[in-house]
Amino acid sequence: MSGNMNLTLKVWKQRNKEERGKFETYSVKDISPDMSFLEMFDVLNEQLIAEGKDPIAFDHDCREGICGMCSMYINGRPHGPLQGVTTCQLHMRSFKDGDIIVVEPWRSAAFPVIKDLAVDRSSFDRIMAAGGFVSVNTGNARDANSILIPKDDADDAFNAAACIGCGACVAACKNSSAMLFVSAKVSQLALLPQGKVEAKTRVEKMVAQMDAEGFGNCTNTYACEAECPKNISVENIARMNREFIAAKLS
Amino acid sequence: MGITGIFLITFLIVHCGVNALIFFNDGGILFTKAAHFMGTNWLIRTMEIVLFAGIIWHIVQALVLTLQNQKARPVQYAVVNGTANSKWYSRWMGLLGTLILIFLILHLNHFWVDSRITGIDHPPIIIEGHEYDNLYAEMKDVFENPIVVIIYVLAMFSLAYHLLHGFQSAFQSLGLNHKKYTSLIKAVGFWFSIIVPFVFALMPIAMYLGFVK
Repeated sequence: MSGNMNLTLKVWKQRNKEERGKFETYSVKDISPDMSFLEMFDVLNEQLIAEGKDPIAFDHDCREGICGMCSMYINGRPHGPLQGVTTCQLHMRSFKDGDIIVVEPWRSAAFPVIKDLAVDRSSFDRIMAAGGFVSVNTGNARDANSILIPKDDADDAFNAAACIGCGACVAACKNSSAMLFVSAKVSQLALLPQGKVEAKTRVEKMVAQMDAEGFGNCTNTYACEAECPKNISVENIARMNREFIAAKLS
Repeated sequence: MGITGIFLITFLIVHCGVNALIFFNDGGILFTKAAHFMGTNWLIRTMEIVLFAGIIWHIVQALVLTLQNQKARPVQYAVVNGTANSKWYSRWMGLLGTLILIFLILHLNHFWVDSRITGIDHPPIIIEGHEYDNLYAEMKDVFENPIVVIIYVLAMFSLAYHLLHGFQSAFQSLGLNHKKYTSLIKAVGFWFSIIVPFVFALMPIAMYLGFVK
């Protein structure tokens, strides 16, 4: 079909956590511009299986931009060249015939590579388990409007809650910092009355866990915000800093 | 880093303000009086010690953070497209800071060591019957050398870019991000980062070219 393209892929191959990986070069032919990036990888993997070779391991699940699994660092950017999308929402029309595409896993001490492009993001789960929840007994379901919440706060909480925990913020950050993720998770609760009860201990525990996992420090380059597929704002980081300082001082 | 950064920013205001008195072009009378006050007032002399501590603490914090950050990414990316998501000077604060530190050592050697430790080569200047250290003549001496002038001007570019990121970043780190006020902080930070290094750079240029006599 006209408009289809032939591409060269340089993909990180690593057998397991312990072994050192290296780049392998692959050619894919007749790729439709309407394919998603992951579908292009499906074509490549079918090709590799047919050739009796080891297919490339990569994470994916919903393929509609809400699960946050498709962690690929494409040509120097998490989720590739577009802003506000995940890898599954990236289409091959963003590339052109003859392109060489370099695909790497998220690079962070806190996200060890499991195999090839798949990384272990359970450090995020442990941060959530440390305090990213509301544990007070809220009783029976109440009338929807019995607790009044200012619209701005509700909107900010909702926007923070849009975080899908994909880890692109960590991948994009030159310091491998998880501040955008943690701050979104702190904010989505801290802004609402139900979450305020445990706000102080929550922020202390989540930040302590973040540090224990080995993430880097935030130096406010704001690369995280620019690369976040859900456009989470760095205002959340300032809010978390505010909450953290207040918690430590009180 | 935010607290030490804001502290060092306040120092820049004082330093720039006092030195800008040379632009009155009165043969350095106002500047000399101000420099005398800065060199003899006990509060300012105490703050001088706090200032050195602030600079050292700022550097120590930067080194600790850098080491931790390097540890957080043991395997580097093969390809990084940083320009797509952040300003170059926000990523190169360490380099800009190092250039400022090198300049600072040179700068302290030019003025601080002479005025506080070894003494100034020039005879004292007499204003209204009082003797003052002639730091103004020292300034003119130092800025006779075009290479020194160029180094000072280039250093102010490093300072400008360091401030362009650092000013607003300090407020963000301290949690001071607000829907209403952040745009104001960013605007003030932007103009501060341009004006202060510009006024500083103007001093050696004006003296070298003889605009300030």
